[in-house]
Amino acid sequence: MSPAPIVILGGGHAGAQLAASLREEGYDGSIAIVNGEGVAPYQRPPLSKGYIHGDIPAEALSLRAQSFFNTKRIDIVNQAAVSIDRALRNVRLTSGQALEYSHLILATGSRSRTLELPGSGLQGSHELRTLEDASRIRADLQSCRSALVIGAGFIGLEFAAAARKKNIEVNVIELADRPMARSLSPKMSDFFRDAHRDTGSQFHFGRRVNELRGWQGHVTEAVLDDGRAIAADIVLVGIGVVADDRLARDAGLVCEDGIVVDEALLTSDPRISAIGDCARHPNPFARATIRLESVQNAVDQAKCVARRLVGKPEPFHSLPWFWSDQGSLKLQIAGLVRGCDTFVSRGDPKSSAFSVFGFADGALRCVESVNRAGDHMAARRLLDAGCAISTEEAGDTAFDLKAAVRRAAVSA
Amino acid sequence: MPKISYQSHDGTVADVNAPENMSVMQVAKANGVDGIVAECGGSAMCATCHVYVAEDFLDRLPVMNAVEDEMLDCTATERKPSSRLSCQIKLTPDLDGIVIHVPERQT
Repeated sequence: MSPAPIVILGGGHAGAQLAASLREEGYDGSIAIVNGEGVAPYQRPPLSKGYIHGDIPAEALSLRAQSFFNTKRIDIVNQAAVSIDRALRNVRLTSGQALEYSHLILATGSRSRTLELPGSGLQGSHELRTLEDASRIRADLQSCRSALVIGAGFIGLEFAAAARKKNIEVNVIELADRPMARSLSPKMSDFFRDAHRDTGSQFHFGRRVNELRGWQGHVTEAVLDDGRAIAADIVLVGIGVVADDRLARDAGLVCEDGIVVDEALLTSDPRISAIGDCARHPNPFARATIRLESVQNAVDQAKCVARRLVGKPEPFHSLPWFWSDQGSLKLQIAGLVRGCDTFVSRGDPKSSAFSVFGFADGALRCVESVNRAGDHMAARRLLDAGCAISTEEAGDTAFDLKAAVRRAAVSA
Repeated sequence: MPKISYQSHDGTVADVNAPENMSVMQVAKANGVDGIVAECGGSAMCATCHVYVAEDFLDRLPVMNAVEDEMLDCTATERKPSSRLSCQIKLTPDLDGIVIHVPERQT
């Protein structure tokens, strides 16, 4: 009897990459991806960008061709997982079938945090996470005139930019005093606030929505906590995500806002790993145990686990990086902003091409770039190599970042 | 409707009629052409839609921007003068008949 397959729960970026990487690393046994979403693995980033605007057809979003999964002998099981039996080492599917595993990888991702307030069930109020969500938004955007965005994070502002491009009126409600406050330096937040204002979006900082009101079941306006009513025939709720760790919890794995894993990305059960949005992992660049919601994290954690499963274990050590396309602006981030105490600009924000270098205790931790791709790529290498540059060097555009990268490579 | 010929490293050829305004990456995706991954979905951020463009079409391609140029230094297979990110090649009538060589791997 052949050994049980490696079973992957979740067909997002993490799950699909893990299957592909296992084959690249030479794993020859069976692989099954349990994909409860019912759609073949697809690219998620364009959903809040080109897709809702109508620039990209749904069929152009697939992550890998079906022929890829066939030739690589990757079995895609289009069912949801219901429970995990760790003693018997199997996963129960909606059909009642039990799928045995030799190793199980939880790549279950995250779910949109939902808004609990009067009227949140009205038509026209959306979250944006899945292809299904995005398709509904795309349809609604055809006919709407005014949009309300709850939460000035990446998703909310990407949506806002797409809506403005369609000349839809946009109001953004944010509890904090600046956009993307969790992920960006104050300097970069301010730049994006101004850029969105320039294209016609209006911000309401330090405010929350108390109620959505509607007419015949469809949203028409939002009432803020200061009593003000703002007209809206589409509402986008972008207030973050929560890890999808229900199956892990039910199976008794250690969870704490996400599935807790060690530096090898193993859960409290040595036969089960967790990767991607759902994994709370020790991150050397954060110097803390965190969850990251990004394509980079999903892909790099998948590669790390694939190598371990073919006998090449190494602790997870990948530099976090992110990007966001908001209208004509491309934001690229290398490293993590949390903990930074000093920020230095490189280039002039007025030229719409500049970077912000973030330092903690004098050490470079994070670089945010707008329309300065060279800075971003150099920053990735500098941060990855743990290379020291000073705040003066960071702010001096005559200082060659790439030379510093080469210097680091030589001394390594 | 421009025609694209995708040629894989193992000799497989896929000839596809492509609507204008889509990218060479998106057309590959929509037609199930294997070997172009595009994990970032077309933002020129991941270098996993790297292709080699047949020489006679190189000067008809859209100009390479700084982001693409930087990313091409991070491809899984060797960067050559004919290297481009297929997500950055938007189709125009001028590109009818373009031949795209898909590298062996992207990650």
